[in-house]
Amino acid sequence: MKAIVTVTGKDRKGIIADVCRLLADNGINILDISQTVMQDFFTMIMLIDTEDCPLSFTELSDKLTEAGKNLGLEIRIQREDIFNAMHRV
Amino acid sequence: MLNNQDILSTLDMIGKQHLDIRTVTMGISLLDCADTDICRCAEKIYDKITRKAKNLVSVAEAIEKEFGIPIVNKRISVTPISLVAAACEASDYTPIAKALDDAAKECGVNFIGGFSALVQKGFTESDRKLIASIPSALSQTGIVCSSVNVASTKAGINMDAVRLMGMTVRETADLTKDADGMGCAKLVIFANAVEDNPFMAGAFHGVGEPECVINVGVSGPGVVYHALQGCKGAPFDVVAETIKKTAFKITRMGQLVAQEASKRLDVPFGIVDLSLAPTPAKGDSVARILEEMGLEVCGTHGTTAALALLNDAVKKGGVMASNHVGGLSGAFIPVSEDEGMIAAARSGALFLDKLEAMTCVCSVGLDMIAVPGDTPAETISAIIADEAAIGMINTKTTAVRIIPAIGKSVGDQLEFGGLLGSAPIMPVHKFSSKAFIDRGGRIPAPMNSLKN
Repeated sequence: MKAIVTVTGKDRKGIIADVCRLLADNGINILDISQTVMQDFFTMIMLIDTEDCPLSFTELSDKLTEAGKNLGLEIRIQREDIFNAMHRV
Repeated sequence: MLNNQDILSTLDMIGKQHLDIRTVTMGISLLDCADTDICRCAEKIYDKITRKAKNLVSVAEAIEKEFGIPIVNKRISVTPISLVAAACEASDYTPIAKALDDAAKECGVNFIGGFSALVQKGFTESDRKLIASIPSALSQTGIVCSSVNVASTKAGINMDAVRLMGMTVRETADLTKDADGMGCAKLVIFANAVEDNPFMAGAFHGVGEPECVINVGVSGPGVVYHALQGCKGAPFDVVAETIKKTAFKITRMGQLVAQEASKRLDVPFGIVDLSLAPTPAKGDSVARILEEMGLEVCGTHGTTAALALLNDAVKKGGVMASNHVGGLSGAFIPVSEDEGMIAAARSGALFLDKLEAMTCVCSVGLDMIAVPGDTPAETISAIIADEAAIGMINTKTTAVRIIPAIGKSVGDQLEFGGLLGSAPIMPVHKFSSKAFIDRGGRIPAPMNSLKN
């Protein structure tokens, strides 16, 4: 299943490395990344594939939220469908 | 890949602008639960509801998590109990209300609606028993909601029912006065009630509905408010267009959730109700949208026109986003549940008469309004009659959910908490409507041609 991961927080070194490691450890393939920093505020949007992830979507979501807290970031995962539904006719 | 701006705007809508799915409501037919023994009937009802809605809450919670969109309430609506219980020999239907309450709590839902009767043209014996049971049923249960349809465009207004409901509202307020009249917050009197409404307190599962169905009600006043902040001073053409586009996005999300819930529960999808349903939270108010259009306070001159535009644009935007639209669909104006309405009523800008005018152009009617505790039953009946007349003549749903604040008067406030909010007590006209209400009988159905 394809999903969108959004990561936000105060910018620092190694955020992308931390998040990519976290995703790789959970069997997640990253299909696309877009990242920007605005006034010290880090925002990253990733399109990922969860096909090889052994966790259920809910478990994965909880795990990412929890890991985000430890890294001082807000990490959200949502199925891609919601964005397609809202922004594509 | 999706446009980053689109992704971030969705996140902002959910995180900052209170976008949510207000309710996923499962409609369940209870027609097969009829029995001459009321205890047996209550048992069948409990069993059927807990069987059908067993997974409703867990499925809705999984959807919330996967899509990252809050589903604020999970609810159940059932066949009007006056029909289901008609075969019962008992005269008091409170045991059935208790069975509904127990079943709903077992399923973990927030509300269950359908302790209802449809009496627009007249009463059956069972309708009379149900209405007589409403005060005790609502005072002895926690999350059961009740509604009575007293009028329709085809049948006219049953003024005997209007009189009876004025007394029923007062009696319910008396029995629940320790909870600030909470019973009345769960009781709606309708004209032209719809059979597929997912919103409470007026939800019931109509007889034309399938065995079981999933209906979804969306929300999102905060998103519309935010969008309008981007077009300050622009002409109304721009305002209407902005609301339409926003309503489209909100409704698409509702449609997605409805389809997903229907698939996972293996229950047919019914409708998406395109309603702007406010909450008492700051930034989630319909009144503030009207003020954003240029009114100093909601309730001043121009409010009806602003609401008419809003209501129409919400429907136009939403109707293309869903393959089945139904329910009440429009803007809600429940006073106690809307931060801006509460403020407007407190500041002396919003009165019952203006709210009545507003109900001519928007969804539903006089909703969650607290009136002084000494308001006579006949005055409440007269308020119901006025609202029913608006619904009957304009071929639309109208409703009254009014709470007599026992022992309190204008200036005081009722506290319900949660989504129901707090209601400042509003003045009513002092002059009597008693002789009018005492007449009883029926107001005939109106002409639907010769409209000039």
